[in-house]
Amino acid sequence: MKNKYSVFSLIKNAFSHHENWQRAWGDPEPKKEYDAIIVGGGGHGLATAYYLAKKHKITNIAVLEKGWIGGGNTGRNTTIIRSNYLWDASAGLYDHALKIWEGLSQELNYNVMFSQRGVMNLAHNLQDVRDLKRRTHANRLNGIDAVWLNTNEVKKFCPIINTSQDIRYPVLGGTLQKRAGTARHDAVAWGYARGADALGVDIIQNCEVKGIKRNGKEVIGVETSKGFIKTKKIGVVAAGHSSVIANMAGLKLPLESKPLQALVSEPVKPVIDTVVMSNAVHAYVSQSDKGELVIGAGTDSYVSYTQKGSHNVVEETLRAILELYPIFSRMKMLRQWGGIVDICPDASPIISKTQIKGLYFNCGWGTGGFKATPGSGDLFAHTIANDEPHKLNAAFNINRFVSGDLVDEHGAAAVAH
Amino acid sequence: MFVINCPFCGERDQSEFSSGGEAHIIRPKQPTELSDDQWAEYLFMRKNIKGVQFERWNHAHGCRKWFNMIRDTSNDKIHAIYKMGEKPPIV
Repeated sequence: MKNKYSVFSLIKNAFSHHENWQRAWGDPEPKKEYDAIIVGGGGHGLATAYYLAKKHKITNIAVLEKGWIGGGNTGRNTTIIRSNYLWDASAGLYDHALKIWEGLSQELNYNVMFSQRGVMNLAHNLQDVRDLKRRTHANRLNGIDAVWLNTNEVKKFCPIINTSQDIRYPVLGGTLQKRAGTARHDAVAWGYARGADALGVDIIQNCEVKGIKRNGKEVIGVETSKGFIKTKKIGVVAAGHSSVIANMAGLKLPLESKPLQALVSEPVKPVIDTVVMSNAVHAYVSQSDKGELVIGAGTDSYVSYTQKGSHNVVEETLRAILELYPIFSRMKMLRQWGGIVDICPDASPIISKTQIKGLYFNCGWGTGGFKATPGSGDLFAHTIANDEPHKLNAAFNINRFVSGDLVDEHGAAAVAH
Repeated sequence: MFVINCPFCGERDQSEFSSGGEAHIIRPKQPTELSDDQWAEYLFMRKNIKGVQFERWNHAHGCRKWFNMIRDTSNDKIHAIYKMGEKPPIV
């Protein structure tokens, strides 16, 4: 049983110099057999385990993580949350996640610092204006809050943006989703880990999956660095390494893994109280609670698993940032890193059964998976528990690449790839 | 970020090149006879290997010619570069 976090527990623990806090999740050795195994202890994987235990009462589960939980893309993204996607299927998927975000801190009794500070997407040419207006209308038809702002309204909402019409890519307007925002990414992994652990899920770190054991058309277990573990259901949520796991099972996925970069500046006083994204010039920026500017750059154009990324990509992003925000011209950047993102040809994810019985994949989130973490976990848990997709993720099956029923979200994905 | 030895121009920075993805995917000879599964395999499915992979590259900001490369995607080390139509060297 987990002790509840509250202002009273904070005061109580202050008296003992914060040395007696209960451990948030355990460090168990793997059992011989589980009802289900989740491969990948990032936000999506931990959320999947949490909802399997909570909503579907399957508690004999292990989450296998080759490093430490939240050490992959969960700890590497730029924490942006929004649901202003074009197509009905995507709107359903991402807004389902956004609705869970709105009550997540209370549900998990863990402050994920969800902040609905709004996300603005800028238009820099006439085609941008047409596309973004179309997306605004599509969003509103799907019940998602979205408004179109003209240049003056953009300036009013975020005064530090350079709206001069003399710059290379002038701001011609933008869309705003007010319910969108950011959350503390590490806290999401930790909150779900703590919640899942309390429900009986084994979170096993430093345990790398080395092989998927099959008996003909069905899975029977996984080979890991801590030995063989028997199971009838395997949910793979391995992000950039999804193809590596798929190859172990003899499957091929429509994915390419590429480095995506982000960087943060030195901390400064509050200067930007929203998230601003720009597809055309490829720059997006927000400010963390510590005061750092959090800047997202683009993907490299080639397949790589190096978690680094190229300098020219960062240079292009910073060039655009400086034109849009001259106020940042003397800021120093403190850290830069890369994460490996698994990109689908249609820039939409796969949450699906496969042709192998008991093997499920949740992958292809590409450059924008963080925002969907709670919804993705919820729907993937449903898919694993019932061996059938939920109606919200039915369109995101792997067979769409055979049928041709793609969900093209390149316009809404915000990172060109 | 790495340097690529273009078989036509010599060593240049990677940012001059664009990646054309997995190499040696052969365009179907009888497209009209392909099933949906075979089309999906040709168009979308990729090995996406972590390790040594065969790739096509184009010197987009140079001679604009295509060539093949054998590269380790886990550390970006290039093992071999060979021209289109040539047999891949053994590495």
